[in-house]
Amino acid sequence: MNETKLHVTRDHLLQLLSAMIRIRRFEERCAELYQQEKIRGFLHLYCGEEAVAVGVMAALGPEDAVLSTYREHGHALARGVSMNAILSEMYGKQSGCSGGRGGSMHLFDITHRFYGGNAIVAGGLPLAVGLALADKMQGRTAITVCFFGDGATSEGEFAESLNLAKQWDLPLLFICENNLYAMGTALHYESGEPKLHLKAAAYGLTAQEVDGMNVVAVEAAATQACQAIKAGLGPQFIECLTYRFRGHSMFDAQLYRDNLEVEQWKARCPISQLSHWLQSYQLTQSDIAAIEHNVDEEIAAAEAQAEAAELEPIEQLLRHVYTEGAS
Amino acid sequence: MIELSYREAIREALREALLDDPRVLLMGEDVGHYGGCYAVSKGLLAEFGPERIRDTPLSESGFVGAGIGAALGGLRPIVEVMTVNFSLLALDQIVNNAATLRHMSGGQLSVPLVIRMAYGAGRQLAAQHSHSFEGWYAHIPGIKVLCPATVTDARFMLAQALADPDPVILFEHVMLYNRQEVVDAPTLTMEQAAVRRSGRDLTLITWGGNLPKSMEAAEQLAQEGIEVEVLDLRCLRPLDKPTLFTSLKKTHRALIVDESWRQGGMSAEIAATLTEEAFWLLDAPITRVCSAEVPIPYPAHLEQAALPSVEKIIAAARALQGLQPRGQP
Repeated sequence: MNETKLHVTRDHLLQLLSAMIRIRRFEERCAELYQQEKIRGFLHLYCGEEAVAVGVMAALGPEDAVLSTYREHGHALARGVSMNAILSEMYGKQSGCSGGRGGSMHLFDITHRFYGGNAIVAGGLPLAVGLALADKMQGRTAITVCFFGDGATSEGEFAESLNLAKQWDLPLLFICENNLYAMGTALHYESGEPKLHLKAAAYGLTAQEVDGMNVVAVEAAATQACQAIKAGLGPQFIECLTYRFRGHSMFDAQLYRDNLEVEQWKARCPISQLSHWLQSYQLTQSDIAAIEHNVDEEIAAAEAQAEAAELEPIEQLLRHVYTEGAS
Repeated sequence: MIELSYREAIREALREALLDDPRVLLMGEDVGHYGGCYAVSKGLLAEFGPERIRDTPLSESGFVGAGIGAALGGLRPIVEVMTVNFSLLALDQIVNNAATLRHMSGGQLSVPLVIRMAYGAGRQLAAQHSHSFEGWYAHIPGIKVLCPATVTDARFMLAQALADPDPVILFEHVMLYNRQEVVDAPTLTMEQAAVRRSGRDLTLITWGGNLPKSMEAAEQLAQEGIEVEVLDLRCLRPLDKPTLFTSLKKTHRALIVDESWRQGGMSAEIAATLTEEAFWLLDAPITRVCSAEVPIPYPAHLEQAALPSVEKIIAAARALQGLQPRGQP
């Protein structure tokens, strides 16, 4: 397989950096809003894993399909789902991307081919198989990308979906975000085979492992995988080694891991790494401050919108169970 | 006058669907090379090829979820789960995805999926192969549940299910596949119940595999002067309440025949609905004939003792007919 050469320009790297900063600031603000009880239910934050969503999305086109998990804000933002719509959704407002009906774990945006959002670990993998099958059978060249975590690789649906993808030769890219914990269960308690990409290789998929804290490496791997799919080389699997800096959800006391480990991974923060690297390309602190300022303005505007937006009238409770206006 | 077996009727329905719409495909275990576990899809692989008659690995959750995803992606899949017994492996996909994606997405996503499952007991297949869970599925908002009991319904309900933009599950009782009947022109909507036999004394409410037993019981009861109105629900979700109430206005007595277990079964839902909404039409408590509270046993005598039978239906109808409202002799 030829090495994929990425066109790594300063502008492109700045875009990647901005996208990661945007996710990080958004997630941190969500944590505050959750504590203020503006956001309710479960909140699963993506801080630390930004390079995976941003790097993979950079390899995709608008015709491609994306499925994610309950830890999906980063994927939705990186995919282009409007921040206003995402935050309004978490406020439960009617203008949310899911009409306010789904919340944090169920963000959907069909215009961006963003199919959620799934609260059942590994629940999205069979859906991804079907979306890829539909594209293939209808002669479309789109790729379906399915994100999931290390915990999902233990579920039966993981085995079933990878086997189906290979058996039917589907245009499907599996992205496993191995952040070393399935909720509070560390990898070595969870998986007899800790090299998760080997599990995929056992099902016949081309599988690789990549440094998930390096957005350039992630983008290169994803680009190569997409090219392989388009060249007819079958479904692909990338295990991204990453880490979440915060707990599983806002309820997590993190009793299962120690601070030293968290600090060690924070030292490898994808945003810090790329910022440092870009400083040799004349990226200054004020450049970064400008990015953060823009992001914070966008977040503030999204908050104002979400606050002002309407709740769905209770009289409409029974909507969206079946198709309206049918038979 | 065309006479077909129930099996042939479904096969014809599948052929028609595959010919009419290139988006339709049939996927499931052994639907292709084996010809279908119950021979329903025999010959279809040769006619339509392996892309559209798609044998799946043994992965119920995987291929039912794939059917959902394919429906999201613009196909019109018919997923065959060999029997309802194996569908438990796919419950998460059905309940947490198929039934909910429209709602969770605020109306953006549509899941025009049809799932077909064989169900029911009577062939001594023992506890794990004899379930009736159509009532469980009828509990879930977001899906529709059909039980074709006649060859005509087997022939025409599939097309209606495919035309429905929401997920529809079709339940085919295993004891019906060999039945031969004349195929009538379809006259009912997908969701309407059908009065299969008119009567003035009591309304027998049933569906699917229990229709033949109910009709036979009604014939015998007629000879003793008890006129049973046999109502075939056809659709369990949504329930055709107007047809139920119209019948009860005439008979004032309700007998439900349900092959699932009594506690928490579909019959309990119907009885609750009638009690809530038709109480003042009733002259007697609602009576149910259900399977005994035991996993279905293997030996014929015990299996038959566990399941609803013509004799049990007759006995229940006689008892119901004999009940008088208080204050009357």
